[in-house]
Amino acid sequence: MPNQVTLTVTRYRPERDAAPSDQSFDVPFRKDWVVLDALNHIKDRLDGSLSFRWSCRMGVCGSCSMMVNGVPRLTCAAFLKDFLPGPIRVEPLRYFPVLRDLVVEIGDFMHKLKRVKPWLVEKEAKPLEKGEHRQTPEQLDAYKQFSMCINCLLCYSACPIYGLEGSFIGPAAIALAQRYNRDSRDRGARERMDILTEPGGIWECTFVGECTKACPKNVDPAGAIQQYKLASLGHWVKNLMMPRSPK
Amino acid sequence: MTPGLNSTPYHPRWYRRRVSVWWWLESRPYTLFVTRELTSLAVAYFAILFLWKLDALSAGPESYARFLEWMRNPALAAVNALALLMVLLHAVTWFNLAPRALAVRLSGKRLPDWAIRAANYGAWAVATSLIVWFAERG
Repeated sequence: MPNQVTLTVTRYRPERDAAPSDQSFDVPFRKDWVVLDALNHIKDRLDGSLSFRWSCRMGVCGSCSMMVNGVPRLTCAAFLKDFLPGPIRVEPLRYFPVLRDLVVEIGDFMHKLKRVKPWLVEKEAKPLEKGEHRQTPEQLDAYKQFSMCINCLLCYSACPIYGLEGSFIGPAAIALAQRYNRDSRDRGARERMDILTEPGGIWECTFVGECTKACPKNVDPAGAIQQYKLASLGHWVKNLMMPRSPK
Repeated sequence: MTPGLNSTPYHPRWYRRRVSVWWWLESRPYTLFVTRELTSLAVAYFAILFLWKLDALSAGPESYARFLEWMRNPALAAVNALALLMVLLHAVTWFNLAPRALAVRLSGKRLPDWAIRAANYGAWAVATSLIVWFAERG
């Protein structure tokens, strides 16, 4: 085991740099350190001006996503020992505008997420005195997988379609739309389908499948999108056969 | 990335990296994906070939004989062999992806991936046997 390992980190300081550049740092190697620990070591001991996002350091908050050796990863779950002998390349998440160093601008995702109405849409609000909404374990199981999304955006960085086609709503937002569509308490599937079958919706996806591989929570956004395509096709055929049926 | 959105008052200069036209060479899965998409051209090619064959067949025995003569051309045979390989790759990658798209639930449990894959290969085998049986019937 080496004593230290080199991290090649992208730097971008908008007030003085025209474009990002690389800076290398030698950090101590410890077998229980992850890339985020090494970045914090740089920030604390070597260069306090390095900017990056992080919070929980345990794969729950989804803040510390970066490209590690060209692959989108949660840096809190990327162990240094898996990248030996180095150098380890740490870059900001691909396909997002860079604000500073390793910090990217995610407003585009937040805007798109809101468009798919990621909340329970009800026909009419159930009064409190009527009691709680009940669900069986099977009903919970129908959407639970998609509800595990932590909005870390690794799937967006894995998706070349998102990089090439800026209007694409993207893997996580569509998986989260499915999370509510499959919820027995929700009545918003029809409204979401109108949004997601527009240009920029599910039909932009050509099933590269990398979003599912990148997902640290096994959400399977690629599966969610393909299942949505099938549902939308079924809906279209039904409308074609029975044009007068209520929506 | 929403086009036209470039900055906010608090973050004056965002840096956007352009996606290279060679993005599909940047990683093996991307290259495989583009190869898979390109194999659909071979599917279209065989469909056109089939229509051409039907056209020749409907125009009488002489025309069909001319079509078969054409098909014996070694260059065309090589193209067809390559197209067949591409269609096979297309079919196999498609069947392997099918379990992601088909979430079939039986008595509350999702069918395992292998079952969906096996059903696809099974349907393929049945269709092929039917065609062979029909063609060999005499």
